[in-house]
Amino acid sequence: MDLSSINPVVLAAALMVAATPILLAAIGELVAEKAGVLNLGVEGMMITGAVTGFAVAVMTRNPYLGMLAALCGGAAVSLIFALLTQVLMANQVASGLALTLFGLGFSALLGQGFVGIPPPRTPKMDLGFLSDLPVLGPILFRHDPMVYVSIALVAAVWYWLNHTRGGRILRAVGENHEAAHALGYRVRRVRILAIAFGGACAGLGGAYLSLIRVPQWTEGMTAGAGWIALALVVFASWRPWRALLGAYLFGGIIVLQLNLQAAGVRIPVEYLAMSPYLVTILVLVVMSSGRARKTLAAPGSLGRPFHATG
Amino acid sequence: MNRRHLLAAPALALGLSALGGAAFAQDPLKVGFIYIGPVGDHGWSYTHDLARRAVEEHFGDAVETSFVESVAYGADAERVMTQMALSGTDMIFATSFGYGPDMNAVAQRFPDVAFEHATGYIQEAPNVSLYNARFYEGRAVIGHIAGKMTETNTVGYIASFPIPEVVMGINSAYLHAKAVNPDVNFRVVWVYSWYDPAQEAAAAEALMEQGADILMQHTDSTAPVTIAQDRGIYAFGQASDMTSFAPESHLTAILDVWAPYYIERIQARIDGTWEAGNVWHGIEEGMVGFAALNDAIPEDVRAEAEDMIERIASGEYHPFTGPINRQDGTEWLAEGETAPDGDLLGMDFYVEGMSGSVPN
Repeated sequence: MDLSSINPVVLAAALMVAATPILLAAIGELVAEKAGVLNLGVEGMMITGAVTGFAVAVMTRNPYLGMLAALCGGAAVSLIFALLTQVLMANQVASGLALTLFGLGFSALLGQGFVGIPPPRTPKMDLGFLSDLPVLGPILFRHDPMVYVSIALVAAVWYWLNHTRGGRILRAVGENHEAAHALGYRVRRVRILAIAFGGACAGLGGAYLSLIRVPQWTEGMTAGAGWIALALVVFASWRPWRALLGAYLFGGIIVLQLNLQAAGVRIPVEYLAMSPYLVTILVLVVMSSGRARKTLAAPGSLGRPFHATG
Repeated sequence: MNRRHLLAAPALALGLSALGGAAFAQDPLKVGFIYIGPVGDHGWSYTHDLARRAVEEHFGDAVETSFVESVAYGADAERVMTQMALSGTDMIFATSFGYGPDMNAVAQRFPDVAFEHATGYIQEAPNVSLYNARFYEGRAVIGHIAGKMTETNTVGYIASFPIPEVVMGINSAYLHAKAVNPDVNFRVVWVYSWYDPAQEAAAAEALMEQGADILMQHTDSTAPVTIAQDRGIYAFGQASDMTSFAPESHLTAILDVWAPYYIERIQARIDGTWEAGNVWHGIEEGMVGFAALNDAIPEDVRAEAEDMIERIASGEYHPFTGPINRQDGTEWLAEGETAPDGDLLGMDFYVEGMSGSVPN
């Protein structure tokens, strides 16, 4: 095998970019699931964020306002899910799937006037001498700001979940909502906020695709990224840093196999190209079996509806 | 009741039903379309939907169309087609390669519905018709342009699935690039998807990393041309004119022009003359077209490209004309021999000079 034509530095840099959208969506979903909510609508929230972010960025010529709009857009559609599951007590799995279908259709409608328009550019960060470092510079310090935001978000979520009172309340709600309720915590309010946070992160992940990764808007452009993010949460057994690792692993496989192909390395590409999806399916299957859920340390009340009685 | 009455009753009934039939015929013909991707992909499914809209425009109230987008192969496709047939659709166009088995299964259950399958090869029911376009003719032209214009002698090719349709496109482009530039080298990346903008963008970047300065794609999204525009290299669009996504980089695009065929077939169904066929149309019939050639293409190359388009259209030139050897050096076509359609539709090998191998 001749691997000499692949530049590992470029590869590592590309990996971080490829992983960022799924990482953003996964970290949001992780928080929602930690609060005991299984929201299968990640794909729908991502694509909604992709289109609202794109539309606002194009209209204001400012990519950061676009990102902000994507946060709001993702959170707004996630509130539909919150209304259905937390207030109207609808089934979470069905509502999540419905949210995905809704998001795909709704975004296509919103995006009709934005096909074929180039979005404003998001400049890469120039971190002074850090960007000029050999090897490390191009890998770590020459990205767009969102790559760093996603990593900072992982750190913040980790700290918040484990070292703050709010984080502990959220985990208590996710582990045992009856007990949390008995202690006087507002289960429903915590869950609605967690869902909104998940939606905002997914929306941002979607906008990363439409504003930076591909820069364009086309229908259905998330093409399954939301499902990978969902699997990633389980793969990470609900731990933020593992989600980061998982996202880079998934991103790494995608980028590596494409680069190996481009370099003309003879590899069984069909298997490598399938692998992220195979892992996703496997993880989702494992997740649906009760016993495996326990061993994976899933939040105790994950997916169970809560209705305060008495 | 005498014999005359006996005969008159059914005759009257027959007359009534004929009248009813005539009244029924004034109902619009219902035509359903099934797409593999979203109609807004600006690629393959988009062009089929353009043709559907052209059909509506052409027939007005005489035809009523409906479509279902992003339909997966297999159970989903079968369910959608069954649903269409059950709800009175008279004619169904399924517009992707993998719908073959599903369409034939449904067609056998609904013999009165006319089925049209794009790029398929399975015809197990008398009411299944096949149609396809000779995209390799278009790929010959863009191969020629790429061979002339590449400075790094490296052309990047983003491929979807290793099926004959895609393999023949790669071979056609490569042969014509090599004819004008013996040093040209094609790098192929298979993304195993027809539509995944992020993946296609990553593939485009990986190819650039390997020195490609012109990109071709056999996937449906506009991501590769967008990336090309971003990085200041050239690219060819796919299926529809993608100039708006990459004004400077978009050299031309091979266009899928389905409307004339759809209108002809639907007219035949209205007239009652529809029967299953199997056509493979190219530049000559207008099913394969080209977007406006970019000004970046030098004058002489443009003239050569236009000349080639003309010679292919007139039947004077076949893009696969021998001598052509297979990648392993064995002879495929002898001097002056042109490729039989059967060979092309089953093509699973690269031609001589291509590097890499076709995945299984």
